Amino acid sequence: MYQYDQYDHLIVRERIAQYRDQVRRRLSDELTEAEFLPLRLQNGLYMQRHAYMLRIAVPYGLLASKQMRMFAQIARKYDRGYGHFTTRQNIQFNWIELEQTPDILADLASVEMHAIQTSGNCIRNTTSDPFAGVAADEIIDPRPYAEVLRQWSTFHPEFIALPRKFKVAINGAVEDRAAIAVHDIGLTVVRNDAGEIGFKFMAGGGMGRTPILGSVIRDFLPWQHLLTYTEAVMRVYNQYGRRDNKYKARIKILLKAIGVEEFTRQVEAEWADLKDGPETLTVEEMQRVIDYFQPPAYKQLDDSDVVAAHAGNKAFANWVNRNVKPHKQPGYAAVVLSLKKTGVPPGDATAEQMDFMADLADRYSFGELRVTHEQNIILADVEQSQLYTLWEQIKAKGLATPNIGLLTDMICCPGGDFCSLANAKSLPIAAAIAERFDNIDFQHDIGEIELNISGCINACGHHHVGSIGVLGVDKDGSEWYQVSIGGAQGNNAAIGKIIGPSFSALQMPEVIGRLLQVYVRDRYEGESFADCAQRLGVAPFKEFVYATPIVEAGRLVGEDEYV
Amino acid sequence: MSEAVKNLIIKGHEIVEDDWLVLRLAEPVDGAPKHDPATVAVPEGKFIVPLSLWLVQRELLAARAAAGEIGVWIASDERPEALKDDLSKIALIAVDFPKFTDGRGYSIAYNLRTRLGWTGELRAIGDVLRDQLFSMRRVGFNAYATRPDRSIHDALKGLSDFSETYQASVDQKVPLFRRHARNVGVGAGTNNDGFGI
Repeated sequence: MYQYDQYDHLIVRERIAQYRDQVRRRLSDELTEAEFLPLRLQNGLYMQRHAYMLRIAVPYGLLASKQMRMFAQIARKYDRGYGHFTTRQNIQFNWIELEQTPDILADLASVEMHAIQTSGNCIRNTTSDPFAGVAADEIIDPRPYAEVLRQWSTFHPEFIALPRKFKVAINGAVEDRAAIAVHDIGLTVVRNDAGEIGFKFMAGGGMGRTPILGSVIRDFLPWQHLLTYTEAVMRVYNQYGRRDNKYKARIKILLKAIGVEEFTRQVEAEWADLKDGPETLTVEEMQRVIDYFQPPAYKQLDDSDVVAAHAGNKAFANWVNRNVKPHKQPGYAAVVLSLKKTGVPPGDATAEQMDFMADLADRYSFGELRVTHEQNIILADVEQSQLYTLWEQIKAKGLATPNIGLLTDMICCPGGDFCSLANAKSLPIAAAIAERFDNIDFQHDIGEIELNISGCINACGHHHVGSIGVLGVDKDGSEWYQVSIGGAQGNNAAIGKIIGPSFSALQMPEVIGRLLQVYVRDRYEGESFADCAQRLGVAPFKEFVYATPIVEAGRLVGEDEYV
Repeated sequence: MSEAVKNLIIKGHEIVEDDWLVLRLAEPVDGAPKHDPATVAVPEGKFIVPLSLWLVQRELLAARAAAGEIGVWIASDERPEALKDDLSKIALIAVDFPKFTDGRGYSIAYNLRTRLGWTGELRAIGDVLRDQLFSMRRVGFNAYATRPDRSIHDALKGLSDFSETYQASVDQKVPLFRRHARNVGVGAGTNNDGFGI
């Protein structure tokens, strides 16, 4: 993985000094809160309901074991012994004191990490495929390009006060695991007919109040032009993105207002001045960065059938079936450590689990880990012959729930329990649903499904692209939940459709239950919930869900009927 | 005004006295007619006038401009290209930051320097604060009328927050990767298969 050189270290060190002084000036009232707010946001520091929340950047989700151990140390020293992995592959801590944040940054810098631009109206952490470099269907490893983008966007002087936040995602595999269509810029690394590498360049996707899928503004951008073209997009957006209404300030609204063709024309006009300029990437620079992402020293192994080797162990087979993913190197596998154990908020990990996962990475996976945007952790390079031992060890620490891609592998934002933006709580909804459908056989029967829950329209829980999406809304001061179905991320990205009037918290498990009943009744053999919902449309689901009153009894009702 | 009060501004990296005044067209109140840039008179003295006023009064102001008494300021929702034929006529250009969170002024400055080739004084006015000065300098500003309720001596420190930067801009036309031989990766030179270059 990438390692800081003297320049990266210098910039981060100077950043800490700058931020430490900003905190000092805030504490002495030289800076007003209004002036300090954008400064702390660009350092990932939010004021939440109870305390400050600090979001730390995990570039494209890639972590070294020493970095994971530092998270554990921060959790113990500055927080309450746990952290929360986010849908943008970062980590956040929820109980932080402002006065301590400069010291946290200094601790992070010792392991080549920071919190730069993890929030605020600037270019955020670039996200990517958590299986980059190991996925069997990978065309080009996107991580060197993500790293180049990270450096270019870090403290870009022209783009520090954009109309709104700006998110870039990059995918290099056949399957899009980076949700590029719902990003401000979504990049796919592709090869043209001549075999040259470039990007399919999408812009204008996003979730929030107005979910829109991105539009392709260039089918093939040769890799050398990645930074200059991105700069052209940013300059158009910085000048013409709306600033009068924060809900209409994302680039997607600009694209919608002027149309893809006009937007593209403006970008191309800006680019004409930048093309082949000094920011044009060189072979030498890409070579330098690529060298950091060389494959680890794999052994020469053959693939083996680990399930057959432990025939009769259904629990192990379930885990392999759901949580172990194919690897491009024979004899290896990628393992997803589930942070979705029922009873634990999705994405949360304790300091003990973090240390444990770091140890596992050192023992089984060349000392590296990845954070997924579904809020789980991956050990990307595990020998297949070690899978059984690994499984036995992680079971004991609550990291082996065999539910990856299933109903209880939910995406969920922190919601009204923590976040001051939220209209409604999201974690208790996730917990009630998880408890009701905890039966793993039932979950396996339902199969691939994405249940995504957001506590407000900002859509941190990605509800728009959930097979089932749940959105917390405020009605006359009380919390209600709007349900949509048929959303999808990835290659066939789609925005879900709302099924009808919203529900109370206690109705939600039954609502999910009824949606699943319709699916089980009407599905074709092998058809996923999302495909089924897209084929049937909202009508049959709506009809069944609203047919009879839903008793407000939450998880106390009818568990057996579905099993 | 009988005796002109000398303001302090930052020019380059120095705090200096300044005798320019900024002319702002007052927002009309209570349904009064909008101030018409064509009829507002520019008082005696060195004035930085709104772009809209300059565009309609430039003939009238030509002599004063030739004497170096007229500068023009650009609002964040205006285009610097409107000045492209007048660059030789004016003494300085200012860009207004109505709020420090409005970042359009950075792109205006960049375009003035790189596209329009403005080499004279480029001054940041409005909500200009210490923590934005470093970025302002990078995109081409060389003068800063910092907000008068804050210490200008303190603000000056903002210009030297960083000694190194990754990307190219107006102040540094070459990105870090073209300026320095940077460390090579851990697996140096193994192969590029799967990376595509």
